[in-house]
Order: sequence, then C-alpha cells, then structure tokens
Amino acid sequence: AGPAESKNEGAMSEMVPEPRQKPVVPMKPTGINANLLGYIGIDTIIEQMRKKTMKTGFDFNIMVVGQSGLGKSTLVNTLFKSQVSRKTSGWNREEKIPKTVEIKAIGHVIEEGGVKMKLTVIDTPGFGDQINNENCWEPIEKYINEQYEKFLKEEVNIARKKRIPDTRVHCCLYFISPTGHSLRPLDLEFMKHLSKVVNIIPVIAKADTMTLEEKTEFKQRVRKELEVNGIEFYPQKEFDEDLEDKTENDKIRQESMPFAVVGSDKEYQVNGKRVLGRKTPWGIIEVENLSHCEFALLRDFVIRTHLQDLKEVTHNIHYETYRAKRLNDNGGLPPMTVETEENHESNL
Amino acid sequence: QNGGYRTLSLSGHVGFGSLPDQLVKKSIKQGFCFNILCIGETGSGKSALINSLFNTNFDDHESTHFLPSVQLRAQTYQLQESNVLLKLTVVNTVGFGDQINREDSYQPIVDYIDAQFEAYLQEELKIKRSLCSYHDTRIDVCLYFVLPTGHSLKTLDLLTMKCLDSKVNIIPIIGKADGISKSELHNFKNKIMSELVGNGVHIYQFPTDDETVSEVNTLMNRHLPFAVVGSTKEVKIGNKTVRARQYPWGIVQVENENHCDFIKLRNMLICTNMEDLREQTHVRHYELYRRRKLEEMGFRDTGPQNKPVSLQEAYEAKRHEMYLQLQGEEEEMRQQFVQRVKEKEAILKEAEQQVQTDFEHHMLMHQEMKTKLDRKKKVLEDEIAVFIEKKANAELLKSKLFASTPVVSLKREEDRK
Repeated sequence: AGPAESKNEGAMSEMVPEPRQKPVVPMKPTGINANLLGYIGIDTIIEQMRKKTMKTGFDFNIMVVGQSGLGKSTLVNTLFKSQVSRKTSGWNREEKIPKTVEIKAIGHVIEEGGVKMKLTVIDTPGFGDQINNENCWEPIEKYINEQYEKFLKEEVNIARKKRIPDTRVHCCLYFISPTGHSLRPLDLEFMKHLSKVVNIIPVIAKADTMTLEEKTEFKQRVRKELEVNGIEFYPQKEFDEDLEDKTENDKIRQESMPFAVVGSDKEYQVNGKRVLGRKTPWGIIEVENLSHCEFALLRDFVIRTHLQDLKEVTHNIHYETYRAKRLNDNGGLPPMTVETEENHESNL
Repeated sequence: QNGGYRTLSLSGHVGFGSLPDQLVKKSIKQGFCFNILCIGETGSGKSALINSLFNTNFDDHESTHFLPSVQLRAQTYQLQESNVLLKLTVVNTVGFGDQINREDSYQPIVDYIDAQFEAYLQEELKIKRSLCSYHDTRIDVCLYFVLPTGHSLKTLDLLTMKCLDSKVNIIPIIGKADGISKSELHNFKNKIMSELVGNGVHIYQFPTDDETVSEVNTLMNRHLPFAVVGSTKEVKIGNKTVRARQYPWGIVQVENENHCDFIKLRNMLICTNMEDLREQTHVRHYELYRRRKLEEMGFRDTGPQNKPVSLQEAYEAKRHEMYLQLQGEEEEMRQQFVQRVKEKEAILKEAEQQVQTDFEHHMLMHQEMKTKLDRKKKVLEDEIAVFIEKKANAELLKSKLFASTPVVSLKREEDRK
C-alpha cells in the first residue's frame, strides 16, 4: 500500500498499512516466558521445510525376503504401481533358483505429486530354498551391515558430502508362507536375528488360500509365536514416541499385523471399474478391496503413514546401534574395505 | 541426472506424495530451534528490534557502558504459533565497542560461536549420541548493528565482520534508523555495501535458486543493509494501535514500510528464509569448522601414500598412539615411583644406622659414667671406712683419758657425799 505522506502531527490522514494476513488456524499466544502480541510468521517454517524436502527428494530402500514363489516381486510391483522389482511380469519358469542366497538391488526413480523418490528394491533370491538352510540369513545380515558401514564411512570423513547417499535398508518385508499352521523354524530364526538390525514387517503371502476365519486364527497364532520368541517387528513398542503413537501402533500391532496380502499387476473390470486382481474360476480377488485382503492396509501403513518413520527408526536407532558398537570395538583398524558383492542392476 | 537410475512412471496412485507431510509432522513434534546473535554497540537498538521482531517484550534490562570486556548474554524462549513450537535463543553482545581499547572486542564473540560448534561436534563424535534430542545452540544468524552515522563503516565493524563471515550468516542492520533522512540513508547503504564488498566481507545472501522466492529474495538483497526502527511502545493512530516511536515532529511506525525496513527484515528472516539460514549454518559453517578442527587434530582423509584413509582408521590409529603414549607415561611414573621408594628406603636405612650408632654411643657413655660413679663410690666408701676407724680410735682414746682423770670423779663423789 502506498500511503500518502502527511505533514500533520497527528498523521490521521496517513494510511496505516494493514497488519499481516492472519493464518487460518488462530494463533494461541502461549509461551513459557514470552507472550506473543501479534502474528509473526514462525509457522511459515513448515512451508519452508516442505519446499526444501521436495527439492532434495527422498531415498527409500525396501528389502523383500522369503522363499521363492511367495509372490514377493509381484507384491512390490503392486505396492509401487510399477515394475520396480527385478522380475518382469508373469511367472517366469526359467528363473533358476540360485544355490546360495544372493542379494540383488535395483533402483528406480519415481515421482508423484511433485515428490521424487529414489526407490531401491533389494531382492534375496535363494533364501530358504536350499535343502540345508542353516545360516541363510547371514548374507542378508551382512548386506544390511555393509550399508551401515558405507554410511558411517561417509559420515566420518573430514570433507563430507552435503547429502550422504542413503543405501541403508529402511524396511524388510518378510514373507510368511500361508500354511495355516504356525511359523516355521526358519522364519523364527531369521526374524530373531534380523529384527535387531532392521525394521521387519512380517507379511502373510498369497493370502487368497485362506478363509476369513483361517486368516484370523493364523494371524493370532503368528503374533503369539513372535511374542513368545521375543521378536519385535516394526513398529517396535519401545520406539513409540508418545501416547498418540502408542495408541495408533498398538492397534496395528495387536490387530492388523501381520498383513495378509495378495498381489497382482493385472487389471480386471469389476462393477464398471478397473481394479487390480486375480481371476479365479470362483471369482475375482480384488487386491485393493479390504474385504478381500489387507493389501491396502499394508500399502497405507508402509507408504502413506509410516514411510518417514521407517527411515527415522533406521537412522536414529538401528544405525546408531551399529555405529556405537563399531566405535566401541577396541583395538585394531577396521577391516580393509572389500567392495560389496551385491549386484547393482540399475537397468541402464 | 538421477544418478544412473531409470525413471519409471506409475500406473496408479501410490501415495508417497504425503511424504513431505509425514516429515513435517515429525518436525513439528520435535519442535524447531533458532538462534540469533546480535552484535552492536550498547544503545544501537538491539533489544528493541528483537522485541519488535517477535512482538513481545523479552525481559531484559538496559546495559551499562562500563563493562571491562565484551560479554555474551544468551537467553532462550519458547514461542508458539499455531502448532509450531520454536525454541528461540537470543544472544546479545554486551559491552561491545564500549572499551577504550577495543582490540579484543571480537574475540569473545568468535569464541562463543566456536564453542557452540564444538559442543555439537562433541555430541556428533560421541559413541552413544542423541542428535535428535540435542538442543542445537549453533548460531543461525548474526544481526550486525551499525550506528547510523551516515559516514563509512567503523574499523571495528569491518574487522569483526571479516572475522565472522566464515563462521556465521551475517545480516548487517542499520539500527535506530529514525535519525537519518531518506537520501542520507540511500547513500549510507551504498557506502556500507561497497565497503563490505571492497574488504571482501561475505554477508548472507538470500537464496535465489528457488523460483518461488528468487524474485523477492533478489529484490531484498538489494535493500541490504536493512534500516530498522524498533519499539516496544505502542501508539494509537486513528483507530489502530501500532508499534511506534512518538516525536514532536511525527510518529515513526515500525511496521510501516515507508518508514523503515522492519517488515522486510521480518519477512526475510522469519517467513522466507529461516529454514535456509539454519541449513547454511549446518551445511556450510559447521562443516567448515568441523573440517578445520579435525585437520588441526591431525586427521586427514588421505594417508601417507595418498591412499584414502578413513577418519575411522585415523581415529583408531591416533587412539592407539595415545594409548601407547599413556602406557609410556604410566611406565615412567611407575619407574619414578620405584626410584623414590628406593631413595626413601636408603634415607631410612641411613637414619636407622644413625640411631644405632647414637644408641651405642650413649650406651658407651652410660657405661663410662657408671664406672666413674662406681669408682667414686668406692672412694667414698673407703673414706667412710677410714672415718669410722678414726672415730673408733678417737672414742678409744677418749675412754682411756676418762680412766686417768679422777679429779673429775672425786668432785663427783664429793658432791655425792
């Protein structure tokens, strides 16, 4: 506003500029030893922060573990609505089951709503497929620790990068076979070892082979077994930050998890809508229909509500634990860095 | 461009567009920190400006001009607006420029800024650390107050800003700008900026890489330094009450953009660039401090054959070195101790021998004395014996004499008769 300058002492004719536009949410002048007497604009920092994070983009690394044939790749592709997993669509019979556990990481960039995400899917073919599966989680644990090590080395440099590339595994989906009985010894062993180093989200695969009652019973049994064996899956009770978190997470831990899911990348026409589903002689299983399976719950949980938290728990807790242990190990230099054996297929 | 990653298109709605919201939600829960350092001579308008900026009256008393050295006074406040909690720390330099000899004026300031970096570095280097709950006291912005003399920058100002420009984001401010006319102000601003540029002082530039703010930021960059007026008093004008300073010749309104740059400063500082200021502090100034500090301590990123050495290795090598050194010192101390014990033992032994000799000497003396005394005793006994003999003889003689003197006895008999 351009006020007309007046030479009168009272300046009555001078236009006093309008005060700042007040925000929609009324400001509460609370403070411990300061009372705000008018709007300042501190809350604009939210917008500033949001803009900044959208500019830098996000990294997200998700690992899938489970015996072959449980639909891991399909599920991940369904989760991210694109061919992010190494397997192309369709059931590939020629795919050889490897003789040991391999770690295969593939990265893609996907964008939605102005948000750019560098998504890396880490597959573990060969897990649980051998005759003797003793210690088959070891290559996986090794890979996870290698990513922590990589990050630590960068963090500890004198001249550091502005943004350290994050290859740490933020989330590990563990696929449970829908036997309807109980967890297998291999499942328990894997989760016991790895729940201490990474966020594990157990998932009941190919849940279209269970009725509703069987599903509920199986889930209850699985939860009980995990509890009895002291396995803390994500979201871990000890990391609930406040009452709000606890209430929300308790519900998920005690009722929803493990999510019983069905994956598909094929679309069918149902009630005039195109939906993702599996076509069987007895009907079409709609993947995103909550009464058919819990895929939508898993998707909302992992992507829409807890994505950031998965990253933060990885960074603030699992990584810190690794770092503290590493720095505490007395005597001697760290082992010579051997280039990690994982294959980085970047689909160039 | 995407680091070798192929871009995929989505065949449906996934939902990670909510990621910034998730992040923001977490940040709100944690709260924000913002730390302002005000440098300026006593009476240059620092407190008034801070009060005006945050629309409140922070309790602060006027400072005296007679402090012997520059002191830094920090106070932390909790402010809340909507659901945003801000922990604001305002650090004031008290006594800046007041001393007669001002050579060391800037040193306490530099030390303070470094101390905050050091505290953060220490936390970052800890084995068990809690960076997410750490109260970050690193200075995000330094408001440097220049008095509106209308002439050039004082040497003290140039020197101080030059010392600080690689450690903190500096925004120069002309305080108490109600004492300067518009044309004088224009010249003064140009003079200041050209002096800063001429002396190689890097002040904070509002970022121009983001299209949404680049325009306004570029404009604001040209208005530097901001000429401000601060006031904690309110004056009624018409039907509104505004912050202002009342003079006989008129009312200077703080929030009137024609009167001073206060609104511009507030917008730039808080509404547009607060996050960038914090980021620059962390990513640029702190990293520089950290790098210098670690290099000072002897760490390098490349080892003696120019092979990359991780800080981890260097750290452990150094720790091993220190450990050996410690062992060496311990050994030295132990040997010293043993030596001292030996010496003390020798001294004691000597003393013991001395005591022994003395004892024997005394025994000897005692023996001699005894012999002497025995002899004397013998002599005396002999004398006694002689004397007794003499006495006996004398008595014998006396009794004999008694018998041969009857006169004496006749007299006695006569008496008797």
